Amino acid sequence: MIRLEQVQRVFQVGDQAVHALDGVDLTIEPGEYVSIMGPSGSGKSTLLNILGLLDRPDAGRYLLEGRDVTGLTDAEQARVRRNQIGFVFQFFHLIPRMTAAENVELPLVLEGVEPAERRRRVDKVLAAVGLSDRARHRPDQLSGGQRQRVAIARATILEPTLLLTDEPTGNLDRASGLDIIEVLEALHEHGITLIIVTHDPDLGGRAHRRLHMVDGRIVGDERGGGHHED
Amino acid sequence: MKTEDALAFAFRAVRGYRTRSLLMMLAMAIGVAAVVLLTALGDGARQYVTGQFASLGTNLLIVLPGRSETTGGGLPMGMPATPRDLTLDDALALQRSRLVRRVAPIVVGSAAVSWGGRERDVPIMGSTAELEPVRHLTLAQGRFLPAGDPRRATPVCVLGTKVRDELFGAHRALGEWVRVGDRRFRVIGILASEGRSIGVDMEELVVVPVASAQMLFNAPSLFRILVEANGREAIGRAKQFVVRTLKARHQGEEDVTVVTQDAVLATFDNIFRALTLTVAGIGGISLAVAGILVMNVMLVAVSQRTAEIGLLKALGAPARQILLLFLAEAAMLSLLGAVLGVLVGEAGSLLLSHLYPVLPARAPLWAVGAGLGVAVGTGLLFGVLPARRAARLDPVQALARH
Repeated sequence: MIRLEQVQRVFQVGDQAVHALDGVDLTIEPGEYVSIMGPSGSGKSTLLNILGLLDRPDAGRYLLEGRDVTGLTDAEQARVRRNQIGFVFQFFHLIPRMTAAENVELPLVLEGVEPAERRRRVDKVLAAVGLSDRARHRPDQLSGGQRQRVAIARATILEPTLLLTDEPTGNLDRASGLDIIEVLEALHEHGITLIIVTHDPDLGGRAHRRLHMVDGRIVGDERGGGHHED
Repeated sequence: MKTEDALAFAFRAVRGYRTRSLLMMLAMAIGVAAVVLLTALGDGARQYVTGQFASLGTNLLIVLPGRSETTGGGLPMGMPATPRDLTLDDALALQRSRLVRRVAPIVVGSAAVSWGGRERDVPIMGSTAELEPVRHLTLAQGRFLPAGDPRRATPVCVLGTKVRDELFGAHRALGEWVRVGDRRFRVIGILASEGRSIGVDMEELVVVPVASAQMLFNAPSLFRILVEANGREAIGRAKQFVVRTLKARHQGEEDVTVVTQDAVLATFDNIFRALTLTVAGIGGISLAVAGILVMNVMLVAVSQRTAEIGLLKALGAPARQILLLFLAEAAMLSLLGAVLGVLVGEAGSLLLSHLYPVLPARAPLWAVGAGLGVAVGTGLLFGVLPARRAARLDPVQALARH
């Protein structure tokens, strides 16, 4: 379970303080499918970064599975990111000099898993995203949709409970975008908590819970409906 | 993260950015090669000089006329500035000790040597049969000066190879009579070609009996007396004996200088060791320059790979891990460059000793080790700043910048 209490995040732009997050309270239950929408600068990416422990709030508390993670050290936060959180980015962020399999393997390497076990798990997740035959390709030999699948495989290889995605289809054509959404939604059906930040109302509308943000505040929180409406 | 995985990751980064890696390795290689080559040269020069001194003979004492003052002060007023000469009798007196194995008196001068209408002006050395073992001379043909009473002026001579070639050409020299100054000498031997030996070119030399040389130059004084001590341990006591004996023979005046070969050798050894260290230091400067290049290139690498660093952080790599990854990369580049440099340096010194066989140009092992160590040390030292910059990157900004 995710719980934010009165979270503030202030950026200094010139001599002006900008409230990217202005007292956000939010609870997300395990296994939810949540979209965060809103205009540019509304604070949705900042919210995602705070949820992913990439950024620290200036005030307020963040409880992840009952544990206050706001005050953890760098090494402790890194471990939480590694084991409990997966990220999928708009620009994929694959390491260009590594093959698809090596990119997917990276979290296991950081975690210190044995090579034989790593190979087994990499094969499994690559098969799950349908890219077994592309394991030895480098990112520049893959299409955008394939790259994002590799990124999803990488984000899920340590079986996190929370998957954070920032405009996951923003850099893809419509067909591959839809394809990626289906992969993500399949993961959600297997129990992962899925959070999607997006501009796209069609994409955002598929989520079971839809948050709207304006000026650093959550101004709308709709439930119901969901991904069968398309 | 396992150590081997961290090293593999760093190695892949080294391989992944070829141009950068090659440039950096090249800089490091030049620095290390400079250290290896310069120390090889310095050490080669040291070995050459000490080798030359050793070839002079073993357990050697050299007696020179005159007192060389090493403590300063100079001569008191009224004392004669020119010392007493060394004589053949002085030399013979030195033979009467168990501490002394052999004594070779030496007279040097220059005279015209002629045969069959050809004439050459060459250095003449007067000595005795003892000179051959004392100076470790070898003969190409014939024999050396005959043993016997050194006061007898036997009309025989031994030629250096160059003198033989220039006077006789292809003609047989042994048994011929040559004119030296206003006297005639029969050629009884030819010295083997040994090259130069501390200022004396043994190829361009005529050796005659000491008494003959004294008559030729019409002077009873000796240039030097070479004394071979009876073993290494006897050198010190032999030196005391020589000084004591000559002082007694010179009316109680200590007017000779006795130089032991060991002392000369040690001095040269020290000078050249210092020289080697100096040139190694100069090579070290190029290593420092390479280190700064390492820093530069790694800083560029960090800014080029900002997104990658952000990603590693998002995937759960702690700052410390990222620091170590970038340090490992810098160290690896430096080490590869250093190994390359050692190879180039060794090849260079091999080439040098091939071109100049007299110079045993080989880098001493300590220099190779120090070159490698300093290179990796510099890489790590100058890699710290870029690695820390990488470790401190804010992941949000690192990922946003695309």
